[in-house]
Amino acid sequence: MPINVLMPALSPTMTEGNVASWMKKEGDKISAGDLLCEIETDKATMEIEAIDDGVLGKIVTPDGTENVPVNAVIGIILEEGEDAAVLDGIEIPAVAAAPVETAAPAQAAPVAPVAPAAQVIVAQAAPASQAPPVAHAAQAARPEGRIFASPLARRMATQSGLDLAAIAGSGPKGRIVKADIEAVLSGAAPSAPAPTTMPAAPLAAIGPYEDIPTSKMRKVIAQRLQEAKQTVPHFYLTIECEIDGLLKVRKELNGRSDAYKLSVNDFVIRASALALRKVPECNASWIDGGLRQYSGVDISVAVAIDDGLVTPILRNADHKGLSALSEEMKELAARARAKPMGLMPEEYQGGTFSISNLGMLGIKEFAAIINPPQSMILAVGAGEQRPVVKDGALAIATMMSCTLSVDHRVVDGAAGARFLGAFKGFIEDPLTMLL
Amino acid sequence: MAEKSFDVVILGGGPGGYVAAIRAAQLGLKTAVVEREHLGGICLNWGCIPTKALLRVSEIRHTLDRLDEFGLSCGEISFDISKIVKRSRQISGQLSKGVEFLLKKHKVTVIMGDGRLAGGGKVAVSKDGKEIAQLSATHIIVATGARARELPGLVADGDLVWTYKEAMVPKAMPKSLLVVGSGAIGMEFASFYSDLGAGVTVVEVLPRVLPVEDEEISAFAEKQFKKQGMTIFTGATVQSLKKKGVNAVSATIQTADGKVKQLDFERAILAVGIVGNVENIGLEESGVQVDRGHIKTGPYMETDASGIYAIGDVTGAPWLAHKAMHEGVLCVEKIAGVEGVHPLNASNVPGCTYCRPQIASVGLSEAAALEKGHEVRVGRFPFMGNGKAIALGETEGMVKTVFDAKTGELLGAHMIGAEVTELIQGYTIAKTMECTEADLMQTIFPHPTLSEMMHESVLDAYDRVLHI
Repeated sequence: MPINVLMPALSPTMTEGNVASWMKKEGDKISAGDLLCEIETDKATMEIEAIDDGVLGKIVTPDGTENVPVNAVIGIILEEGEDAAVLDGIEIPAVAAAPVETAAPAQAAPVAPVAPAAQVIVAQAAPASQAPPVAHAAQAARPEGRIFASPLARRMATQSGLDLAAIAGSGPKGRIVKADIEAVLSGAAPSAPAPTTMPAAPLAAIGPYEDIPTSKMRKVIAQRLQEAKQTVPHFYLTIECEIDGLLKVRKELNGRSDAYKLSVNDFVIRASALALRKVPECNASWIDGGLRQYSGVDISVAVAIDDGLVTPILRNADHKGLSALSEEMKELAARARAKPMGLMPEEYQGGTFSISNLGMLGIKEFAAIINPPQSMILAVGAGEQRPVVKDGALAIATMMSCTLSVDHRVVDGAAGARFLGAFKGFIEDPLTMLL
Repeated sequence: MAEKSFDVVILGGGPGGYVAAIRAAQLGLKTAVVEREHLGGICLNWGCIPTKALLRVSEIRHTLDRLDEFGLSCGEISFDISKIVKRSRQISGQLSKGVEFLLKKHKVTVIMGDGRLAGGGKVAVSKDGKEIAQLSATHIIVATGARARELPGLVADGDLVWTYKEAMVPKAMPKSLLVVGSGAIGMEFASFYSDLGAGVTVVEVLPRVLPVEDEEISAFAEKQFKKQGMTIFTGATVQSLKKKGVNAVSATIQTADGKVKQLDFERAILAVGIVGNVENIGLEESGVQVDRGHIKTGPYMETDASGIYAIGDVTGAPWLAHKAMHEGVLCVEKIAGVEGVHPLNASNVPGCTYCRPQIASVGLSEAAALEKGHEVRVGRFPFMGNGKAIALGETEGMVKTVFDAKTGELLGAHMIGAEVTELIQGYTIAKTMECTEADLMQTIFPHPTLSEMMHESVLDAYDRVLHI
């Protein structure tokens, strides 16, 4: 019997992936262990290995196919001795088309419930225990194919020019019902306008242009940050830290050994971790309408890479010393910048707090967008000599501006200020970080 | 005195309570039902079921009166009221036993006694004033039901002035009967007694009989009742009922034109509404809010007191067993964390009255739809135009449908005539599925059936009716 090759779930949150390229052509002989194809996920590219012998009978999703749902058939392997003619009888479930085309829901065929045993393994494997979150995916992102809506809801959507694909259903099994349409019409519920309904005139008015193919990562950044700004009530707190003392300690420590080279950012990471431990109510998220406070302090640090950025995570950062943090950060950043990106999803997904440092690029001060479901991100500016008033007289000090973006659902102004106060305490008196 | 702990304890073993208990057991919750009188509640023992048993008899009696029409004849027709009542009681007993069996099968603990909320997740059960058990429960569902309402000057004595309970077990057939109130309960008794030969007078305070139904249906029904020989006073009030000797009640009735009449009846039935059983079950002490005789609940039947829920008649209108059952299920599913539980949609609760002719409806009446600002399309189809109805000899009746003119939503359906109580579920499914007129038109209805009228009524609303 032909064996279906399915789009694997490479991380617990993955709902779809892109087929980057096939290493085998149709008709190629395959032995267990051969690389079949490359799958591009949120941020990484993974290689898929065959675990059966046979012949690659059919490539269902050719190179460059985007947004293929997890568990969709991407290819078919014929067992040894099997005739390619058997492929003719196989119906292949509809594969996700590009997003713009999904705006025509009626066209898509229902997804057949194919569930053969997984016959591919992931070369840079995510742990096997990460079963594909099929049910979860079905809710998070509507699977391609049929949209479930009552006849009345369909008619009301048509009459009001609403796109059903953009409406969340509240009826049985997520069916879109009258109440959902009414909620959208009354403005109580969001409905993303269909891409095709974007006004054409303003776009056309802007001169000659070129549409750049976007990577999966760019799309994820666009989607997540838009969602963050639209759904997370941000507020911002800025504090000035004098870092002359820190620079002195850093110089002294770096002068003692060649085994490490501490950066100002390493101090910022450690100070943030300790401040979170001191003000634990800030180490929390707004999840499903309630507060979730984390017991561990996992710090995500934004690392710019060629076509975007990733946020590798320093787990339990409050339990790690400066040199350990420094070394781990260097190693993670190096793998993040490697091509293809060398981080596993669990190394950049999660985290309870983020740091974004643009100081090395000369930015004095900025405000960052929160990385949900985290509730805070610290934007660190450049350390620079500035005139300051000390004991009633003008003096020169090296100052660093830090701006904290805060999710007000989780953390109030006073708690945010307490966090920044603790942070400033550690930064300005770095010896306390050793305690 | 044993204290036992449960996940769910339900006060009351009526249709709401016992169905909630079975569903809770199915979901793996340790469940107990406290019942003071008999499993199945009013519905099974003193309501829906025994009255249907009685109405079956009056229906047959009415058909026998028409034998000649069908080319049949028989000797003199007589009846034995004690046998009729006995059959009705037997049916109730059989079904109550059935509920007992179902609860046992699902391993639900049943405790016979008076349950009372004792605070802190406890329920005290007493019998004859003596406490016999103390139960603790994570969740307590109050399903204590309701009873007949009494009005000033109108108090049932159980002898000449009856409530539904005495009306269900008459020792003799009264020659004349006054029915106060023309809701479902009043009209069912009116039909039963009228078809068995009593002279029936109905007094309704509102301007029309069956006042919750669509106006056209009310008017149609009133005409039928009068044709059958009932006397109907609408917009009238019974000011007093006085016992007059051992076999008569004297009623003072103010009619719609303001005149006061003095009329004598052998018996009177009070059917002027229902009040929740909210007394002596510890509601106030537990912080459960009661408003005008009924417990206030949220969308998932939660009361103002944490861990205490209420379902069915005790939570207010409509006082219908199927509403109670549905609430029991959704309440328990919410407790158990079942996904996708939806609150009850009141406009999808059908109502049935088993008088002759039968009446069934779901959703908004035409007037209510207009009042809500809908632009409507209305369809009507008479029984007279339906082949099956003519073959059955049941040509009195109609099916009315009300659609939103803009969206084609089925807003309401209203039926009167033979067997309509069995038909209404078709429209209820359509409403629950949010069908539009197009889906109903495309549905193939079997021929020849009464259900074809449901199709024709929809077609009529869109000027496509075939058989008129």
